Parts: sequence; structure tokens; C-alpha cells
Amino acid sequence: MKFALFLGCNIPARLTQYESSSRAVLEKLSVELIDIKEFNCCGYPLRNIDFKASILAAARNLALAEKEGLNMIVLCKCGFGMLKHADHLMKEDQSLLEEINNTLKKEDLEFKGDIEISHLLSVLYHDVGLDNIKEKITRPYKDLKIATHYGCHALRPSEIVKFDDPVNPTLFDKLVALTGAESIDWEKRLDCCGAPLFGSNDDLSMDLTEKKLSNARQSGADFLCNACSYCHIQFDTVQGMINSKGSENHPLPPILYPQLLGLSLGIDGETLGLGENKIDITGIKGFLSG
Amino acid sequence: MFYDISLYICLAIFIIGLIYKISTWLSRKTTLETKDIPTSKRLSSAIKGIVLTILSVKVLTLIKVFFLDIILQRKVFNEDFFRWLTHILIYVAFMLLLLMHALDKFITAPLFADYSATLNPFLFLRDLFGALVIIGICMAIYRRFILNPPRLKTNPMDTYAIIILAIIMASGIILEGTKIGSYSIYKEMVTDYAGLEEGEEEYKALTAFWVDKFGTVAPGLKAPFKDEIIEEGKELHEMSCSSCHSRPQWAFTGYIVASLFKGAALGLDKAGVHTILWYIHFLACFIGMAYLPFSKFLHIITSPLSLLANSVMDKGESDPANIATRQALEFDACTHCGACTSRCSMGIIIEEIENVNILPSEKIQSLKGVVSKKEIGEKDFKLILDGVYLCSNCHRCTDVCPAGINLEDLWFNMREDMFQKDYPEFSLLSPLSFYRGLMRESISQEDYKRPLIQAREAIASKCDLMKTPDKVVSLTPSDREFQDSLLLSDQASTFQGCFGCQTCTNACPVVASYENPKEVLGMLPHQIMYTAGLGIRDLAFGSNMLWDCLTCYQCQEQCPQGVHVTDVLYELKNLAIKNVYKD
Ligand code: HEC
Repeated sequence: MKFALFLGCNIPARLTQYESSSRAVLEKLSVELIDIKEFNCCGYPLRNIDFKASILAAARNLALAEKEGLNMIVLCKCGFGMLKHADHLMKEDQSLLEEINNTLKKEDLEFKGDIEISHLLSVLYHDVGLDNIKEKITRPYKDLKIATHYGCHALRPSEIVKFDDPVNPTLFDKLVALTGAESIDWEKRLDCCGAPLFGSNDDLSMDLTEKKLSNARQSGADFLCNACSYCHIQFDTVQGMINSKGSENHPLPPILYPQLLGLSLGIDGETLGLGENKIDITGIKGFLSG
Repeated sequence: MFYDISLYICLAIFIIGLIYKISTWLSRKTTLETKDIPTSKRLSSAIKGIVLTILSVKVLTLIKVFFLDIILQRKVFNEDFFRWLTHILIYVAFMLLLLMHALDKFITAPLFADYSATLNPFLFLRDLFGALVIIGICMAIYRRFILNPPRLKTNPMDTYAIIILAIIMASGIILEGTKIGSYSIYKEMVTDYAGLEEGEEEYKALTAFWVDKFGTVAPGLKAPFKDEIIEEGKELHEMSCSSCHSRPQWAFTGYIVASLFKGAALGLDKAGVHTILWYIHFLACFIGMAYLPFSKFLHIITSPLSLLANSVMDKGESDPANIATRQALEFDACTHCGACTSRCSMGIIIEEIENVNILPSEKIQSLKGVVSKKEIGEKDFKLILDGVYLCSNCHRCTDVCPAGINLEDLWFNMREDMFQKDYPEFSLLSPLSFYRGLMRESISQEDYKRPLIQAREAIASKCDLMKTPDKVVSLTPSDREFQDSLLLSDQASTFQGCFGCQTCTNACPVVASYENPKEVLGMLPHQIMYTAGLGIRDLAFGSNMLWDCLTCYQCQEQCPQGVHVTDVLYELKNLAIKNVYKD
């Protein structure tokens, strides 16, 4: 199983533990990752500003992977959503496709649309398979309650991203559950983390984050698990900012899914970059059995 | 005489230029917090910083960086082997030429007692180094002008650098070639070192030997020669000349030129061409030196400084005065090599958004104009600001910069500095601001919030209707152009299906965050869909709802009519921004 690894901008710059933990986990599960140095911005942050520019940026990535004949694995949900969107729109709209390809031609690239774009979680669920992962789990968690955060751009618009049932998704819960942890039911599990507005309307963004976190806390979660760079930074760094402003709440530590899974696969915390998280998550090791 | 005078004049210009440059590093301001630190304080901070670093363990880092990044150019090597080879050829060989050949009086001669430029190994090495530089120059020309990788820009400074190097090298090699064939130099040499004059038998023998073996072109003498004459000439040569002269074939580049010019050698010699070339050669060197502080060759000094400084400095830890000084220096450390641009995450969008300032290699040039207080018109200033903001802060430019420039920090500081001019920057209202948000604690509250408010106000101010909420909107004169532009987009055109059921608004987590959402957000999602249907642009653009949309797609997912609510909002944002730019 071989994929072109799409990291986007945030992960190499600000969330290196997501990369290292994903690599470690995928290696353990015999998924081969190919790096394409030429990948650029996924296009997501540009959508507010210029639709075509965002599609072009996304299309270039797709064309680069296509040139190597590789399907893409994406770690970030916003990046995943954007790439899926661009893929979809260019297949729908012939004139858009021509325009984009005209530009890409200058670099000997072409979008044909015959590769798959998958999020890390879909690869684990569909390509590797729950049973195969389960087999490799050596240290399942015990009595660990996880608030599983789906992330908007992987779920919606469902007719484009086709990640899971948008109303009652289960994919991520099952992935969490196979580590032995309990994926709790909580009201706001499908809500937005607030990150899209962080930087442009911090009050609103932080308010949404805080509400979501306290809902998870009240529902009994020990940790919040996510699989997106924006969501994670929001729950980690931005939660830190919220808490330092004197919020009465104790922090709800966010953990990246490959970190959660990696520990139960017996991968050491350093490789998974546990120490890189801003809010301390090392306590999770206490829930490991064996 | 002329040589000395021109040398000293050029040396003086070089030194004055360098002092001027250093003064700009100590005075130019890139960070808001250091705006009021005087030059004298920056100088003392710099000296203190340097001394303290050298006395600390950090000196080990400096040594490592010196060898790996400065001498061996590790960063370029990791990025692109072709570019590394090009640069290593030019810089190593040119440095060796400079030390061994140009400064031979001061370096080579004192080091080697029997040094003579015309004796091996020096004779051969000079040509070898020269040839390596020429190969490097050809590779640079090939990359910039023939290979021409996407988005690599070539500016006059790049061309100047290649041209001046090419002139120095070409004049040197042709000079050598004409000298090898020159009869007048030969004659002088023979008078000086063998004491022979034209017409004497021995003179003839020596000349025959030199014509035969050393490429000299003498009037009326042509090979083949009798063996005895060559034998005699060889003896004389060994007596008077061989202590200083290796065979000129070792000077292979010059020898090739001499062979090519053989037929014309006598004429060229009479016309004194080698003298002319000599002037061209040393004047080009002197001019290159005098102009160095103002050209991209200054990077010979500044890039190593930048690499060293960046290896031991940290934001938040180092003295802010020194960070400002380092950043001012970094502008001069840029070689415009384009490594940053070739790895820029945003580079591709220049095909859609025509603004060269998106490309880091061009951005830094424009920003250099901004910090040096060059007169920049409002339009250009805004373009630069836009370019600086259209950046996903992926840090790749900084990682690959062979001069070690901390570009990401530079962009960050310059952005904040440029916001002080109060021109609205609309890209602030996008997830590109995520990084700025994460960095908010390094900016004062007031400086952080103001540009965000300005951007929203600038857009709202274009929407008269929003300013008078009580006004009755007439429904007839709808903006066809606006409606059409929405209809053009496949995804946005779905707004026509809206019948105002409010499902989107009810699903919206932003609306749900406020007790009185209309007051804060202006229009709510279903109202925006509806006004879009009516073609009332102002109302749609002026709503805070547009910029406060999370793009979580709850509305779109739930719409019973299949209206792509989120996508329409995206489209409206694009149009609103285009609309303000239009005016
Ligand atoms: C003391 C050392 C010395 C001796 C002895 C000497 N030369 Fe030279 N010769 C030089 C130097 C130095 C140059 C100039 C090289 C330069 O500046 O590029 C030169 C240049 C020349 C040139 C011009 C070609 C060139 O390579 O630059 C000729 C021809 C020449 N010498 C011939 C002779 C002959 C013939 C004799 C013997 C009679 C002789 N030289 C003896 C040092 C010497």
C-alpha cells in the first residue's frame, strides 16, 4: 500500500508531532509513504479570497501526485476537504478544468482526476482495516474516555467528501474504540472547533472552542481525540490561551489520533512526539494496560 | 600610476559603501517594538551580543555553521545539486583566484619563495580556477535563461552580477592568450633576462625555440626549424628563462585563445591589444569591488553573517535591538537566488492573483524598498502588503534559504509594521490569519485588533444600505451584474432555489452563539441567500455574517433545497473583496 503523503503547511511548521506519529503508525501498519517535495498550499486558506487561486493550488497538488501515479493521504481535514472539493469541481466543470490545466501545463502538469484522495482516518479504516490494526495492538487502553472530534471539513459537504455518514458518523469512533478506549457520546461531537475564525474573530472562535470543550468535559471525557492540524492547534495552543485568561475549567488535553493509536501499538512516546503537545498528554500512558 | 590611482579610488568607494551599509543595518527598522531604539544603542547591543556569543558555548554552533553552511553550502546541496555545483564552482574557484592570483603580491609570493605566475603549479592552477568559474557562469546562465524554472525571476542585479563576472573572466583569459603570442613582450623579456638583442645568432635560436614550444609568434620565423637550432635555443632557454617559465600549454584556456588568434597575433601585438585587455581586466575587477557593497555580491559578506547570526539567535530570547539589526542586514544577505520562491507554498497562485510580491524572492526586494523609506505610492504599497499577507506561514522559505535568512519572521514583522499605515488588508479575513492569531501575544492588543476592524469597515463602507438599517429597500432595481456574476459560478448559482425556510440559519453555530444575532451579524444566512436571489449586493457584502462564517457546512448539508449555502457565502466573500479592490 503506497500513498503520496500530503502534509500541507501547518504540520511541518507547527505540528511536527502529527507527521512523526502518523509516519510511525503507518510504518507499523505497512503503509508506504512517498514524499513529494513540490506539494504546495492545499488552497483552503485562499477560498475566502480567491476561488480560482484556491482551486489552482489544490489542483497542482493533485496533478503532482497523479504524475507519480499515487493516491494521496492527507492528514489535515481542511486540506482533505479542499482537495476533495477541487477534485469534484474540476470533474464537474469542464471549462474550469481546461482553465486550470492550461496553467498547469506551463509546468508540464495535468489534472486528469484519476487518483483517490483519502484522509488518514479513511486509510486506516478502509485500506488497512480495523481487524488488521487490532491484531497489532499490544497495549490496549483501559477505562479511558475519549471525546472523538470529527472535524467539519471531513464530514461535510458529504456529497463531495464522502467520508462517512454526515449525520451519524461512526468511522472515527470505531477507530478510537479499537484501541480499547471508550469513545463517548457527546452532544457537540460534530460541531466546529472554531479554528477557521481564529485570527479573524478570536472572541467568537474561542467562544466556540470553549463551549465545545466544556461539553466534552461534562460528558466525562478524559481526552479529546482529533485528526486535523487546524483542530488540533485550536484545541491545544488556543485552548492554552483560553485557559490562561482565567477560565475556571481544567484543561481537556487534546491528543492526535496517531498518538493515541501509536501508544497502544507499542510505539514509544518520544517517536509519537507526545512532548511536543502544548497541553501535557503524557498522563494518557497511565491508561495503557500491559 | 593609473593602476594605483584607480585601485585606491575604487577601494575608497568600497570602504565607504560598506560603512554606509553597516549604518543602514543599525538604523533600519523592521520590528514595531524596536521603533524607538537609537542607532547608538543598536551598535552597542550588537557588539555586546557578538562578544557574549563568542565567549559562550554557542561558539561551537558558529564553527559548525561556518563549515557546513558557509563553506560547504549544505542548504543549497540539500535543495538542488545543480545549483549547489554552480555556486560552489563560482565561489570556490573565484575565491582561490582572488587569493592566489589577484592578491599574489600579498599572499602567494610571501608563502612560496619561488612563486612566479608563469611557473607551475601556479600557471596551471590559475587557468584551472578560471575555467571552473567559467563553467559555473555558464551553468548559471543556463539555469536562469534557458532552463528558466517556473516563477524564477531574473532582475537587473542578477544580470549585472553575471555580466561583471563574465567580463573579468573573459578579459583575463583573452589577455593571457594575447600575451602568450606577443612578440613585443617576448623581446623585452629576452633583453631583460638573456641580454640578447634582435639580429644576434643566439637571439634567433632562442626565438626559434620559443616559437616552436611556447607559442610565441615572431615576424618572419616559422616552424619547422632545424634540430641544431632548437637544441641551441633550448640551452639558452634553460639558462635564462626556464626558472620562471613552464610550458604555456599548461595555461590551457589562454593557450587555446593564443592558438585561435595565431594568424592575427602580430597585428594584435602591434595594436597593443594586450595592453587594452589589461586595462579592461583590472578596471573590471576594481569596478566590481567598488560596486560590491551596492550589488548582490555584498552577500559574500552578508550571507555568512546572516547564517551565523540566525544560528545563535532566537525570537523572544535575543535582544530585540539585535533582532532588528539582523533583519535589516538580512535584506542585504538575499542573493535573489530564488530558492525560497521555488519552494513557496503560495507561489503557484501568482498565476491567478497577479502580484509578484507573493513570491518570497520578490517580496524581500520590495520590502527592502519599504524599510529604506523609498517613496512608494499607495497602490504599490498595498500590493506589497497584499503580497506579504498572501502567505500560509509554512516556514519553507526560511528552511531552504541558503543565506539563512529568517524570512518567516521578517514577513511577520514587516506585516505588522506595514499595518501601521492603516491601509485595509482583506486577506486578514481568511484562515491565513490563523498564524497571526497564534502569534497574537507578541503584538499589542491594539495593534492586533485594529487591522481586523479596518478590513471589515473598509468592506462595509462600500455598502451604503447596511449603514441605514431602517431604510426601506426597493425590490425592483436589483443589481443584474452582481446576480449574473454569482450565476456564473456553478456552485453559487444554487441560491436561486432558496425559499427562505431558515433551515440554514437554524443550523448555524455562529448564529447560535449570539443572543441577538442580527445585531452582531447583520444578515443571517437565509437572508443572505435571499438577498443574493434578489440581486441586492450591498446587503450581502456588508453583513458581518459573511466574515464570521466558519465554513463548517452545517447549513449546506441541511438545506432542503440543495442550496450550496456555504459555497455561496464563499463566493460572496470573493466578490466583496474584488469589489473593494475595483475602486
Ligand atoms: C624572473 C622570472 C622570469 C624570467 C627569468 C623570464 N620571465 Fe618571461 N615572464 C615572467 C613573468 C612574471 C611574466 C608575466 C606573466 C604575467 O604577468 O602574466 C612573463 C611573461 C613572459 C612572456 C609573455 C607570455 C606570458 O606567459 O605572460 C613571454 C613571451 C616571456 N615572458 C618570455 C620570456 C623569455 C623568452 C625568457 C628568457 C629569456 C623569460 N621570459 C624569462 C617572468 C620571467
